[in-house]
Amino acid sequence: MNHLLEFLLRQGDNALVLGQRMSEWCGHGPALEEDIALANTALDLIGQTQLWLGYAAEVEGAGRDANDLAFMRDAYDFRNLLMLEVPNADFGRTLMRQFLFDAFQVPWLQALTDSADPRVAEIAAKSVKEAMYHLDRSTSTVIALGDGTAESNGFMQRALDYLWPYAAEVFAEDATDFAMAEVGVAPLPSSLRGQWKKTLQATLQEAHLTMPEGEFAHKGGRIGVRHTEHLGHLLATMQVLPRSYPDASW
Amino acid sequence: MSKEWPLWEVFIRGTHGMSHRHVGSLHAADAEHAIRNARDVYTRRNEGVSIWVVETSQIAASSPSEKGPLYDPARDKAYRHPTFFHIPEEVGKM
Repeated sequence: MNHLLEFLLRQGDNALVLGQRMSEWCGHGPALEEDIALANTALDLIGQTQLWLGYAAEVEGAGRDANDLAFMRDAYDFRNLLMLEVPNADFGRTLMRQFLFDAFQVPWLQALTDSADPRVAEIAAKSVKEAMYHLDRSTSTVIALGDGTAESNGFMQRALDYLWPYAAEVFAEDATDFAMAEVGVAPLPSSLRGQWKKTLQATLQEAHLTMPEGEFAHKGGRIGVRHTEHLGHLLATMQVLPRSYPDASW
Repeated sequence: MSKEWPLWEVFIRGTHGMSHRHVGSLHAADAEHAIRNARDVYTRRNEGVSIWVVETSQIAASSPSEKGPLYDPARDKAYRHPTFFHIPEEVGKM
């Protein structure tokens, strides 16, 4: 197995799948301002996807490009976290997921700016500024809704309870993680777990939300063993145009 | 209480601008939220380096119906423009 390729697919697929989910809000946001903010986040993530999958395609060396990887792979080829593919459900769950992801992604990308692989370090340096803004925004929304009315607090607590069994998948390490740590491309995700948990505790406390107990985490997304049934539907929507009209161009 | 967020006026200072300019308005729950929304709504195309927001209800404005007494008296006082002064050559371009 090419561990660097595997690592890059995980980076790119996380950004792609979450970006696609966020883009589903376009035109449906609860307020015009939030709608634009959600679309901006989606575009940031798709931009990051181009960089990660572009590099992945080079490393693969099979004559494919970022578009081929995004649009011509099937669900079992994807390496994204399961949490990112579950449906948006409502604004509260969408922003809670964004927060849980951003809280890991910011320190993760910060660490990757010191990567032994200069391309990884460059992509991380560009992405981390966007991720910091995403975290700023998702944190304030989680607090505003958690510390809002009884109804909004209920939405956020249910969102947290639903997402919790998915939240820690990133810490379930495998041979690729160890290989990347070995050569200094990326740290072990588990080395950031303490920091991640601290961010969660501070924000959830301020939001009057209760962190669920238990460390159980669904696995299979990032290692590509099994996805939820939702990924296939997401890809069907995302990929239908380039698959139906392979020669289509702008 | 209204469920609608209050209205805010947004002022942006651009990269080469010396002052903040009014760019539009938006709805937000509080000042911090308004700045975040302004960032997302009004600086998407790299327009700004600084954002000011002020709640619209906090702005005192002159009334359009007082236009006459407020502005008309200044119309025929062209001598208030500095165009009648000779600028010495040593000063150069101003």
